Amino acid sequence: MPAGAASAVRRRVRGRRGSSRSSPRTWADRSLPWIYLAPALLVLGGLLVYPVYQLGLISVLEYTQAQVSGGEPTSFRGLGNYGELFRDGQFWQVLLATVLFAAACVGCTLAVGCGLAVLLTRVRALPRLALMLAALGAWATPAVTGSTVWLLLFDPDFGPVNRVLGLGDHSWTYGRYSAFLLVLLEVVWCSFPFVMVTVYAGIRAVPSEVLEAAALDGASQWRIWRSVLAPMLRPILAIVTIQSVIWDFKVFTQIYVMTNGGGIAGQNLVLNVYAYQRAFASSEYSLGSAIGVVMLLILLAVTLVYLRLLRRQGERL
Amino acid sequence: MNAPRALVRRPWRSAAEASALLVAAVVAFPLYWMVLSAFRPAGEIESSEPRPWTLAPTLDSFRRVFGQQEFGRYFLNSLLVAGTVVIASALIAFLAATAVTRFRFRFRTTLLIMFLVAQMVPVEALTIPLFFLMRDAGQLNTLGSLILPHIAFSLPFAIWMLRGFVKAVPEALEEAAYIDGASRTRFMWRILFPLVFPGLVATSVFSFISAWNDFLFAKSFIISDTSQSTLPMALLVFYKPDDPDWGGVMAASTVMTIPVLIFFVLVQRRLVSGLGGAVKD
Repeated sequence: MPAGAASAVRRRVRGRRGSSRSSPRTWADRSLPWIYLAPALLVLGGLLVYPVYQLGLISVLEYTQAQVSGGEPTSFRGLGNYGELFRDGQFWQVLLATVLFAAACVGCTLAVGCGLAVLLTRVRALPRLALMLAALGAWATPAVTGSTVWLLLFDPDFGPVNRVLGLGDHSWTYGRYSAFLLVLLEVVWCSFPFVMVTVYAGIRAVPSEVLEAAALDGASQWRIWRSVLAPMLRPILAIVTIQSVIWDFKVFTQIYVMTNGGGIAGQNLVLNVYAYQRAFASSEYSLGSAIGVVMLLILLAVTLVYLRLLRRQGERL
Repeated sequence: MNAPRALVRRPWRSAAEASALLVAAVVAFPLYWMVLSAFRPAGEIESSEPRPWTLAPTLDSFRRVFGQQEFGRYFLNSLLVAGTVVIASALIAFLAATAVTRFRFRFRTTLLIMFLVAQMVPVEALTIPLFFLMRDAGQLNTLGSLILPHIAFSLPFAIWMLRGFVKAVPEALEEAAYIDGASRTRFMWRILFPLVFPGLVATSVFSFISAWNDFLFAKSFIISDTSQSTLPMALLVFYKPDDPDWGGVMAASTVMTIPVLIFFVLVQRRLVSGLGGAVKD
């Protein structure tokens, strides 16, 4: 980073002209950014970096109830926990379910969010306000509350959905796929508003002259979206996609509440809930930690892909 | 402001507006049903012919909720946790975002990438080491065990988002302030802070929600002292998977959702412009 060595502080605008004014670099000047960063680094170091280190550590130790409360010495197991995990058929099943479920959630959330954002720009103030308020309501609903409300809506005995669809007392949480579908609906319901509001804000930031010019040139609506809006919105779409991936890959509360801790015989487990159940329900802390490390690595890979995409677009951090 | 009127032909606009209203109704329906069920008399909820209205609204469910255990206390606990997290993370993130946008220093890019990577960390997986950390620090069963991790987990996203806002304040303004004799601290808090405030509001929405919704930390760290419990835990008291007290659950849900709704309505304008500003940079 040459800029760090070259300039005193944040003078890039003044450039050459400013060099006459640049104050001598004092110790205070140089340490100032670090003073501003200190609280953040302290909190993140203590409550994020250190726990991540501990997570990795626990995952290579023998760490069960005996070590936690029995005072038995911990022993080093190396990659033994991972070996045990990778031989466990359920782990692979849960991993596959997690990836597919997250992908379905992300796809649906983005489609619904972007579609409604475009719709918002096509309507007058009143319908726009109605849709915006409804979406903010869904966004504001806490995950626990949303989960229980959707359960009631789809309740086999008292829910309105089965009445309207004429499904009798069909139970949505009994079957594996229908339970996943129910959770997916809730997740999309509470996460599409972020996409919609962000993309809508992005579309509004596009100067209307650009759109008018395209329209005057005779471009169709679809053409305008494809050739004008989508390219201009690409950074925003990248942000909402990566955020959705992060959030949906880590869904916890909805699965935990709606399928009562992972469904019948664990049929609706996702990695996050699986790790929690292994660690806290069966006191296998090291196995739970190993699952956590696997999740972390998968999300890290996603981040790297994202950073590459940003760089390819010439975005500067 | 929006898509120029000339672009949209009339029949299309009517269709678009009708579908917008329809979608709004569908999206709002679960919330309507929640409030409706909270006000229903017990017999009506457990009816196999649910009607979308009630003729005999009652506060019975709310009485049951507020009567059970120390619901008011849980409410205050939740409010305290979320409030502290919002204020602390906003201040800390503001300082950090200023540092990474207004200064050039070694490791700046590395730090930025670290903040991005930190967002990927699955919070739930860290429950295990955090549990041991809190236990060793003697923080189990305290609200601090909920506040501190939430500050940490909302920081990376807040810093990442605030960056755009701090960047948007022209450097010329800063120069002018110094020429007028303002100190750096004075510039930070009297000029930069108010300008960045809309961004702070937008980011605080996210930290508020994550702290208010938290269910896992409360479940894992508040193990024996129920007086330190928070709302999500109190709600689940009514929700027994085999025989849920739907009236109680919905009344508790309503009570839990209202503060967030109020918060959202208050910040709505700034949120839209805030998100726009964050992604524009």
